[in-house]
Amino acid sequence: MTDAALADPAPARVRGAMKHTREWPRLMAYAQAAPLALILLVFLVLPIMVIVTVSFWEATEFSIIPAFSLENYAYLFSSEVVGRVFLATFRYAAITWALTLAIGFTVAWFLAFHIRSLTWQIALFLLCTIPFWTSNIIRMISWIPFLGREGIANSALMSWGVIDQPLDWLLFSDFSVILAFVHLYTLFMVVPIFNSMMRIDRALLEAAHDAGASGAQVMWNVVIPLCKPGIMIGTIFVLTLVMGDLITVRFMSGSQSANVGRLISNDIALLAYPSAAATAVVLLASVLLVIGLLMRFVDIRKEL
Amino acid sequence: MQPHELELISLTKRYGKALAVDAIDYRFGAGVYACLLGPSGCGKSSTLRMIAGHESVSEGSIVLDGRDVSRLPPARRGTAMMFQSYALFPHLSVRDNVAFSLRMKGVDKAERNACAMEMLELVDMKDHADRRPAQLSGGQQQRVALARALITRPQVLLLDEPLSALDPFLRIRMRAELKRLQRELGITFIHVTHGQDEALALADEIIVMNAGRIEQAGPALEVWSRPATGFVARFIGGHNVLDAPGGIVAVRADAIRLAAPGAAAFTGHVTGVEYQGAHVALTAQADGRSPRFCPRLPSSMPPSRRARRWG
Repeated sequence: MTDAALADPAPARVRGAMKHTREWPRLMAYAQAAPLALILLVFLVLPIMVIVTVSFWEATEFSIIPAFSLENYAYLFSSEVVGRVFLATFRYAAITWALTLAIGFTVAWFLAFHIRSLTWQIALFLLCTIPFWTSNIIRMISWIPFLGREGIANSALMSWGVIDQPLDWLLFSDFSVILAFVHLYTLFMVVPIFNSMMRIDRALLEAAHDAGASGAQVMWNVVIPLCKPGIMIGTIFVLTLVMGDLITVRFMSGSQSANVGRLISNDIALLAYPSAAATAVVLLASVLLVIGLLMRFVDIRKEL
Repeated sequence: MQPHELELISLTKRYGKALAVDAIDYRFGAGVYACLLGPSGCGKSSTLRMIAGHESVSEGSIVLDGRDVSRLPPARRGTAMMFQSYALFPHLSVRDNVAFSLRMKGVDKAERNACAMEMLELVDMKDHADRRPAQLSGGQQQRVALARALITRPQVLLLDEPLSALDPFLRIRMRAELKRLQRELGITFIHVTHGQDEALALADEIIVMNAGRIEQAGPALEVWSRPATGFVARFIGGHNVLDAPGGIVAVRADAIRLAAPGAAAFTGHVTGVEYQGAHVALTAQADGRSPRFCPRLPSSMPPSRRARRWG
């Protein structure tokens, strides 16, 4: 897109204009790119730079001291608690990713290949988005009366005689946290994968069958490779959302589990901004690292 | 390769209530180049896809080499299909595209690559083995698609409008190529097209279809010179179909000549003149009755645009 914007106005103008105005199209191109660049600079680059700067400052219980100290980072990398919290965050991300991928891929597959009429496709697709008509928090909270000790799930299971005692792990546990994550973010997997699948020429599947591929072989050798960009985009969505989450873990674990987001929010509550900033920088770096690794495997530019 | 015979026995395809193919019977000779010809919606593609196994057979059967294949999966029929848009796998190299069916069978890498290269050699695409389909021109993609279809050593190759995506110049070259391959391999080619020139140029047997039925089938020369129905006469030859006392009569466009008013069998007005290089196509309206004529004249004697007596 940027290439086109830079290249497009140039030839027409150069041909029409005299030689000394040659610089003009280049300036025009920069001017066209400037507004977006400015917005990104002010609202993205600058805040991150501030966070990085603050992460090197020092803090006491009552003051923040500008300095260049590696104290915050030293603490982050030496503390066993922090290590465990990071690990827990990655674990949430990994499990949520695996579940949303499995569910999202299946739903997208069903929508794209088994629903033949476009009307139904659109209708069912909209159905998938209905949960998004209310806020994240409301969707999360609505699980609580369902999963609680006296909740619908437990009383139903008990009345069917499946269990004698209410299950404790249904709510305020890792189970409920991941359940909420999956509930909240599966659609972010469905949409890009569905989009990839809709671009697959149906003749390719026939060609694969013609070549003797079984259903599983078609899936593995044709559908999945061609869905890779969609899977990758969905993965980036889910990973960044889960890694940066704060509220879901607090609500659904009943404040019993921690993730990096909560670590940062606790620091901020204690006005320990430098420590919060350092944690944020490490989190950002680790998320970028994961995404960078993923991008080595799949070229998502083809999809955009 | 031993040529094999393919027979369709009251083959029928229904989509809901709509009848796409209406109980057709036909026996393809062994090792022939056959063209299924007809206007769009005539059932020729459905017929081909039923033979390939990509469309279920509503009634009737398909017998290849003495065995009924109409309920078998595509790969076990002994047919292979070349798709209209070629349907090459965009994520695989040319070599892997061609070797795909062998990979599905579990043939090991060295062997399937060797086999793929052999096939690419056959279609003269060996030098492009490492490219992706998107890096190839339409003609090259088609050669790859051909190689991919042939690597399964099919007894019958099915081609679904294989030339329609090419520009006219390339189309003529590729059609010579197809004919050469068919002759070399000695297997049956069944080629679906709506272009009569394509069918006439390629086919040993032309099967003209209309509204789900076979209107006429036979050697190209016979279909052209002795059309069985008015439809065939109009569709394949652009012949002039006239109502005569004993039934309808087809008059070939190139057999009509202009003459002085007194010496002509019909009189009328020329309503259109189209210059087409080697010849000039006229449209004319006969006086009195309604038949329209489309004579074709050598362009060395162009008629004037003004009304002229003819016959």
